[in-house]
Amino acid sequence: MSKTLFARGARFAAVLGLCLIAAACAQTRPELTGNSSVVAGSGQDFVVNVGDRVFFLNNQSSLNGAARAVLDKQAQWLQHYKNYSVTIEGHADERGTRQYNIALGARRAAAVREYLVAKGVSPTRLKTISYGKERPVAVCNAASCWSQNRRAVTVLSGQ
Amino acid sequence: MSFAIRLNPMQTTGMKQMWRRACRVVAGALAVAVISQPAFALIELDITQGNVEPMPIAISPFAGSGLQEDVAGQISSVVAADLQRSGLFKPIDPTAHIQQKMNVSTMPRFGDWRTIGSQALVTGSIAQQANGQIRAEFRLWDVFAGQQLIGQQFFTTPENWRRLAHIISDAIYQRLTGEKGYFDTRVVFIDESGPKDARRKRLAIMDQDGANVRYLTRGDDLVLTPRFSPVSQEVTYMSYVGGNPQVYLFNIETGQREVLGNFPGMTFAPRFSPDGQKVIMSLQQGSNANLYLMDLRTRRTTRLSNTAAIDTSPSFSPDGRQIVFESDRGGSQQLYVMNANGSDAKRISFGPGQYSTPVWSPRGDLIAFTKVHQGRFMIGVIRPDGKGERILTEGYHNEGPAWSPNGRVLTFFRDTVGEHGGPQVWTVDLTGYNEQLVTTPSFASDPAWSPLLD
Repeated sequence: MSKTLFARGARFAAVLGLCLIAAACAQTRPELTGNSSVVAGSGQDFVVNVGDRVFFLNNQSSLNGAARAVLDKQAQWLQHYKNYSVTIEGHADERGTRQYNIALGARRAAAVREYLVAKGVSPTRLKTISYGKERPVAVCNAASCWSQNRRAVTVLSGQ
Repeated sequence: MSFAIRLNPMQTTGMKQMWRRACRVVAGALAVAVISQPAFALIELDITQGNVEPMPIAISPFAGSGLQEDVAGQISSVVAADLQRSGLFKPIDPTAHIQQKMNVSTMPRFGDWRTIGSQALVTGSIAQQANGQIRAEFRLWDVFAGQQLIGQQFFTTPENWRRLAHIISDAIYQRLTGEKGYFDTRVVFIDESGPKDARRKRLAIMDQDGANVRYLTRGDDLVLTPRFSPVSQEVTYMSYVGGNPQVYLFNIETGQREVLGNFPGMTFAPRFSPDGQKVIMSLQQGSNANLYLMDLRTRRTTRLSNTAAIDTSPSFSPDGRQIVFESDRGGSQQLYVMNANGSDAKRISFGPGQYSTPVWSPRGDLIAFTKVHQGRFMIGVIRPDGKGERILTEGYHNEGPAWSPNGRVLTFFRDTVGEHGGPQVWTVDLTGYNEQLVTTPSFASDPAWSPLLD
């Protein structure tokens, strides 16, 4: 009797839980259909389901439609999980000179920062840093790699 | 670190008098040589001419007594290597020398040296002193005139043998070209190790020929763009210590490091003023980088540019009255020259492509730069008025020129393609015809030359 009750209760709780999660999703992140195996609100959630980086054209720091879409999701997520502060890392590809790339990376990080602030994220939560061309993620000698390196990465810190 | 090398006053006075006398006598002989030997003429008259024919010179292996026999041979080898790398001299293989086993007292058989085509001859001896020091003597001879041009003697400790060799090379270079040498100098650079996507960078220093590499930081923090003080054993560079990228000052002799200033943002691209009393650099604020000057004594900072653009890589003219820098205020990276107080900035580069990392020659007559055009990275020079642009080297990736203290040679780094590629330090002289790799233990970038050591 008690066993049955427990099992029924557990089933009920699981269903209720799913409903709650679905409801939460429906309210705050309707477009995030992503990977359900990661814990919502975790750093992994941010990277996998939101997207932690945006990309830039050669020598540019303006945000295109794809970048704005990612940043819209970042802003929403950061509004929901308000305990995180953030460092925005600006990067450049290796096909420029060092000092200019340091400033270009900073300009890209600043563009992301301004966008997130405009979307309601408190500026006190946002820091920027530029690594110029010093931290490539793709190392091949082709445009496909350089385009991956021209990026701004939103890195979560301190929950 | 003591590099004291003592000139014996009595002996040098004697030798100097001899030298002066010889000089006067030889001046006429050299004038003749100028006419009959174009190599002399080119070297003495115009080093900016392309394709200088190197002067054949014989460096007779130095004689050494007892313990110093190996050192003696090494010193003369380093002298030969220095002169060869300059591109202005062609040392003749010692096995081709007819007169062998010379020491500093041996009178040259000038006919023998003329036979092998040598125009100048260097002889020397290294001897052990009772106090553990070594005595080094050398002579430079004009083979055609049959006259001595230099005779000098030094005392130093045996560990200093490389510096001794470079000082001898400088004396020879100066006597034969009429310009100060640059061999007794060092180069500060960034040592790079590890894979391309996780490079470890260390501040390092080496002799200009790549010997005696020492590491000044451990590689825990990213370090970039070191620059030598033109007057002291100090370096300014950028470091990411504590995740806060700032310009630092580093004293090579004491190992002391300090952050420069308390700026409300990232500082980068530092460089000393010609008197070594100030550092000029960029401060990043939001999307813009502007130029600031810091007085190292008063610690006061002055803002020199104020544009919604990236202003960076500032470099003073040697008289301290002007500053060249790069800016994208016109839409793409170009070179600008302004007054030292920040006024009257004028664009000087107008060719196709982007121009960056300008650095003013210590002679004042040229500005070296990196130029990027159609995916090619070049090192070039341009006059401060924007005229006379010349490209010295061009390829997949050449970047970051820095001048030798005599303004005759540029060092820069050249990156190679792909995942396993990496930067190496090279030199090229103003002719653009004498590219030389500086061999380093690992990948190396951002070289910057010291002044001549005292």
